[in-house]
Amino acid sequence: MKFNSVIIGGGLAGLTAGITLQKAGKSTAIISTGQNALHFFSGSFESMEEAPQRIVDLFAEAGIGLHYAPGVRLMPMGTFKKATLSLDDVSLFPDPKIGHKALIVSFTGYHDFFCDFLADGLEKQGIQCRVNMLNLPELEMLEKSPSEMRSVQIARAMDHRWETIVRELRILIRDEDIVVLPQVFGLNDSSILSRIRQSIPAQVVFVGTLPPSVPGIRTQILLKRRYEVLGGTYLIGDQVTGAHVYDNVIHSVVTQNLGNHFLEADNFILATGGFFSKGLKSNPFDISEPIFGLDVEQAEDRNDWYNPEFMREQPYMKYGVATDPTLHAIAGGEPIKNLFAIGSILGGTRTDMGMGGGLALRSALAAADQIIKQAEQ
Amino acid sequence: MKHQEYTLSTHNFEECMKCTVCTAYCPVLQVNPLYPGPKQAGPDGERLRLKDPFFFNVGLKYCLNCKRCEVACPSGVKVADLIQAARIKYDTSPVKWRDRLLASTDFMGSLARPVAPIANAVTGLGITKTMMDAMFKIDHRRTFPKYSGRSFERWMGRHEKEQAAFPEQVAYFHGCYVNYNFPRLGKDLVKVLNALGVGVQLLEKEKCCGVAMISNRMMNEATRNANQNITALTKAVDKGLMVLTTSSTCTLTLRDEYPALLGVDNSGVRDFILMASRFIYERLEKGATLRFKPDYHKKVAYHTPCHMEKLGWGVFSEKLLRTIPGLEFTMLDSACCGIAGTYGFKRENYEASQAIGQPLFDQIKSVNPDVVACDCETCKWQIEMSTGYTVMNPISILAEAIEV
Repeated sequence: MKFNSVIIGGGLAGLTAGITLQKAGKSTAIISTGQNALHFFSGSFESMEEAPQRIVDLFAEAGIGLHYAPGVRLMPMGTFKKATLSLDDVSLFPDPKIGHKALIVSFTGYHDFFCDFLADGLEKQGIQCRVNMLNLPELEMLEKSPSEMRSVQIARAMDHRWETIVRELRILIRDEDIVVLPQVFGLNDSSILSRIRQSIPAQVVFVGTLPPSVPGIRTQILLKRRYEVLGGTYLIGDQVTGAHVYDNVIHSVVTQNLGNHFLEADNFILATGGFFSKGLKSNPFDISEPIFGLDVEQAEDRNDWYNPEFMREQPYMKYGVATDPTLHAIAGGEPIKNLFAIGSILGGTRTDMGMGGGLALRSALAAADQIIKQAEQ
Repeated sequence: MKHQEYTLSTHNFEECMKCTVCTAYCPVLQVNPLYPGPKQAGPDGERLRLKDPFFFNVGLKYCLNCKRCEVACPSGVKVADLIQAARIKYDTSPVKWRDRLLASTDFMGSLARPVAPIANAVTGLGITKTMMDAMFKIDHRRTFPKYSGRSFERWMGRHEKEQAAFPEQVAYFHGCYVNYNFPRLGKDLVKVLNALGVGVQLLEKEKCCGVAMISNRMMNEATRNANQNITALTKAVDKGLMVLTTSSTCTLTLRDEYPALLGVDNSGVRDFILMASRFIYERLEKGATLRFKPDYHKKVAYHTPCHMEKLGWGVFSEKLLRTIPGLEFTMLDSACCGIAGTYGFKRENYEASQAIGQPLFDQIKSVNPDVVACDCETCKWQIEMSTGYTVMNPISILAEAIEV
């Protein structure tokens, strides 16, 4: 099969590049090995200090609401982090004093949301907190299998029963001006969030849960749907196992499922993610990129990879594949002429802001723009 | 750098990071609280079972082996294989007669075929369904697949000579469904391949692939069939033939389940077993042409069967259908139809089976196609019964659209 561009990796970076290229009339395929980091997405993109209207528009076309309001957001442990561009699920505030009194609500039997930590953190900001666990007959079915009472399972129930929550909350609420809820709403229909917000006489703040991330999965579903509507080919559950490279130009890649049916393209985009997604692999001796054997920036001595103080910033988190200034990946000191590296595989994630979503978006657009421009010349 | 490879166990359960992504994609977990879910049933449970088989949970029988957990896993854990292997290893309860009956597709087919009109009439009767429900717990709400009076193998026997006349040859693993229930699909494949100048032969002695036996823990029977099939496939491959298939589940079983669950070595034949849609797509890509009817028009919605998704070959069926002029194509959302072979026929699974398929049925109704396209026979029964829409294999649609 032949495409204009083959994108390796079907997460945020790969899908953003794919959608941009398909919109420009370029045929693409995405090869995705298992699900991706969007399933752990907190809802905010870092490194987005300038208002990125282009991304807001691109997401709006996929049915995903974003807003830009530099400030802070409430984290699951009750702390606050800087944030700029975020999903509409996330509430952004000018500063951590977000109200006077907060009602924190979760569900009996749900262990992936920590109300007491949240209350502790908010009280440090002088916000008085009250915690309440809802006991809903709608969730009794889930409680039979407590090990699987997870965000997504609750969210599936809430897609039909969110009005019950609203009724309960309206009874519970006294004089609180803030209501904190776990992000378990709007898996298939994000309008549920605004309907909940409109129905509660206080500001509703949805806070992240342990994975899987409900807003993240919704984002993945909608971006993938948008990509396929634009005519993109999304190969799920496959893996690139080799490539045909001559004179620093990739001609085709080989995948596990397609075997001797090679995928040819003029351009290739590597968006395989960081260590978790196995875009980067490590062993006791070195850190490597498994598909093309690209150069990976790393300290030579393994002892310099990490900081023994666990909670400190860890050097290995900044490691990534080497590229030239135009994001062409480098192997053996030479750039591969038609391979762009984008997303978390680049390293340099802004750990102070928590994640690599902004890097994924910006590098994806940068690579896609070059491919589109190339064709015009 | 072999230090890690040496420490990996079968189905690599220790690669699991506990990220829970699989639980978000399990169709059973959404409808059946008795099922512990793929993470608990797979890698988490394996850790415990290795310590003490006491920790085996009978709830694992609710897994329908759709493999969506494996497709979703970011760490490459063979979650579904872990679950199926655990059922085989630890569930020592005797196999029920009902399950033997459902799984013996070859045997039932050869019994029913000579008396097909009677068998079809009888299985369609309310009283039969009530009795089968009462005696065997085969759900009375199910529609049974119809048997064909003439087997596909017999039809092929009558056309052996004309098929042998084609300069190029392939072998066809037709499976029980084409042979006993729906020979038309086999004939459609022959029609398309002949139009490409390719003749079709049967394997020397094909047996049921055994997928239903594996899922019903009839391991001796399944292994016997697997060994016979490997012999037959090897003979064809030695003659230089590719072996084509039209069922995604038979294909996955022959290629992947034999080594993973039965320990039967298929390395000599695996790469020669191809879905016909892939073979034909590759032919067209290399320049072969088919003559399409000029006035053909059909609105088709394509459903990717779970095992097709696991094979990763749905793209060939999709691209093949899209090459047909006059065909309006819609890709349905990736979702399990809920039947999973014999699973949905069992009374204890009927409700879950229908609930799993509901989003797919709803989407089909809203798309309102002329036909649904799909490469799996049990999905076909499920979708036809639950939506009323006709389901056709992409090969049959292609056969209908070409002029010969």
